[in-house]
Amino acid sequence: MLTRAYHHALNSSTIAPGEPVLDIVDIGLHFGGVTALKDVGFRVTQGHIHSVIGPNGAGKSSLLNCISGLYHPQEGSIHLHTASGAHELTAMQPHRIARLGVARSFQNIELFTHLTVLENLMLGRHVHMRHGVLASMAWFGPARRQEIEHRGLVEEVIDLLSLQPHRHKPVGALAYGVQKRVELGRALCLQPALLLLDEPMAGMNSEEKEDVARYILDVHELAGVTVILIEHDMAVVMDISDRVSVLDFGRLIADGTPDEVKTNSQVVEAYLGAEEH
Amino acid sequence: MATATGIYHRTYKAELALRHTKAEFARLIIMAAALVAAPSVLDSYWLGIVNTILIAVIGAVGLNILVGFTGQISLGQGGFLAVGAFTSALLSTRAGLPVPLSLIAAVLVTAVIGAMFGLPALRLKGLYLAIATLASQEIILFVVKRWGFLTEDKGYVDVPRLNIFGWQIERETFETQWYWVLLPITILAVLAARNIFRTGLGRSFMAVRDQDIAAEAIGVNLTRAKVTAFAVSSGFAGLAGGLAAHYTEIVTWERYTLDVSVLYLAMIIVGGLGSVAGSVYGAIFMMVLPPILTDLAEALQDTAPFLSDQLPAIKNAVFGLAIIVFLLVEPRGLDRIWSRVKDYVRFWPFRY
Repeated sequence: MLTRAYHHALNSSTIAPGEPVLDIVDIGLHFGGVTALKDVGFRVTQGHIHSVIGPNGAGKSSLLNCISGLYHPQEGSIHLHTASGAHELTAMQPHRIARLGVARSFQNIELFTHLTVLENLMLGRHVHMRHGVLASMAWFGPARRQEIEHRGLVEEVIDLLSLQPHRHKPVGALAYGVQKRVELGRALCLQPALLLLDEPMAGMNSEEKEDVARYILDVHELAGVTVILIEHDMAVVMDISDRVSVLDFGRLIADGTPDEVKTNSQVVEAYLGAEEH
Repeated sequence: MATATGIYHRTYKAELALRHTKAEFARLIIMAAALVAAPSVLDSYWLGIVNTILIAVIGAVGLNILVGFTGQISLGQGGFLAVGAFTSALLSTRAGLPVPLSLIAAVLVTAVIGAMFGLPALRLKGLYLAIATLASQEIILFVVKRWGFLTEDKGYVDVPRLNIFGWQIERETFETQWYWVLLPITILAVLAARNIFRTGLGRSFMAVRDQDIAAEAIGVNLTRAKVTAFAVSSGFAGLAGGLAAHYTEIVTWERYTLDVSVLYLAMIIVGGLGSVAGSVYGAIFMMVLPPILTDLAEALQDTAPFLSDQLPAIKNAVFGLAIIVFLLVEPRGLDRIWSRVKDYVRFWPFRY
């Protein structure tokens, strides 16, 4: 149970819990003759931890890249619901999507290695800041005021993720587990309406996994942030997810609560292989 | 607040300051004293070298913003210096603009042209971008050479002695007066660059350098960041070029060839990529090296006469050698060497 009072809301979405946040409808993604995704569609509900699972190469990361705008699917649509209405994401540039409140972490850590933890987190505030050339050069005045103003939320994220000892260290020099946490923090600093986590526990031992699962749950409970999670550890997925979508060879083969998915014959087949009849 | 166990801050404002410890303030005071004393200590030959250093510092800082901080390799610095020099020279001589205004115009014009030549950076990276900026260098020089009306077909522009709103530089105290003109401008330019990199704008440049995909996903507009970096960097080059035009009182294209672009790249490599202070150290190193070599050759005239005979060749060789040594021994340049020296003193008698 978290007892500490935080002043800043980490969740910027004003959609009511239970309402849809993201509608993915029949998207198809092709690279030349290779089909990465075909007719994939599901709905993500506000306040849920929605996991996407599937064997290697099933198209999970491609799906996340479609949502965050790094890939543009050729077919279908992705609609993000915000207070200002629904936004179509498939043709939008990544930085515009981030501005709408979609934040993400990457499977292979993609931090700004030469910058400090603090600078990385402050970059999470980028979309909320103004960046005039003359004001930046002058420093005194709006630029400095803005730096101090946004520091408050960043410090709360540092506190939430226990990053205090690392604040001024360049992230390239930090341990793998800490780097993963910084990446989660950078996404949180955006005050996400939707948080996309691509294998946040990859390459960790069970203790570190527990820590990360705890952080994700903290963020989720504290801020009510909707999370789309890609993860290979079934125990974690079944434990913390509200809903699970299963991909195999670029197609959606199941979508439901963890219990429904667990007993779905197609899912069992995809993971264990079909039995000979 | 600095104590024996570390530096502790009570406010974000205090933490964001550039200097914290007594040692840092002491260094600042010593630096300021040295800069104030320079004109009375140095003779006009060495003061002239100091003045060229002050101009080179602005150019080097500008190039480092682009190459060291934003990760966009540029071989076009010479061209951008030329744009600044011609703009300020022509506007002040032909259009009769006061020099301060013509300098501001030079900054703006060079920034716009730099942003234009930065557009290939939206598609190209690394070596390919280097070649594209090499093209910009050659295009600018070609234009400057061929547009006869720029120089009234003389091949050069004569710039009258600096006159700021009626205040004229004297022949006898030429270098000293120029020193007092250049010093504040250079200090302001260096501070401006330093400030950029403690705000969100500079962080977005460094994010583009370190991880452009993640930068995009976190909301940095790559197009805007890269074009802004080119514009800001070229603005500094324009200022350096404009000042050089009025200081040397002549503008010809021969002063802005590819050699100059490479010299500026060498400055920031030797000084330290991605460091404002490094750009200053690098500019000083590269501009002080030739006169020191000349002095050395003269001093050894009797024992080793071939040194002064082959001086130009030896200068080139030493330049190349310096760059190779830095790349091998300390790729992060003089700035890193200086911070290692500071660490050594701070931790002494312990190793770390």
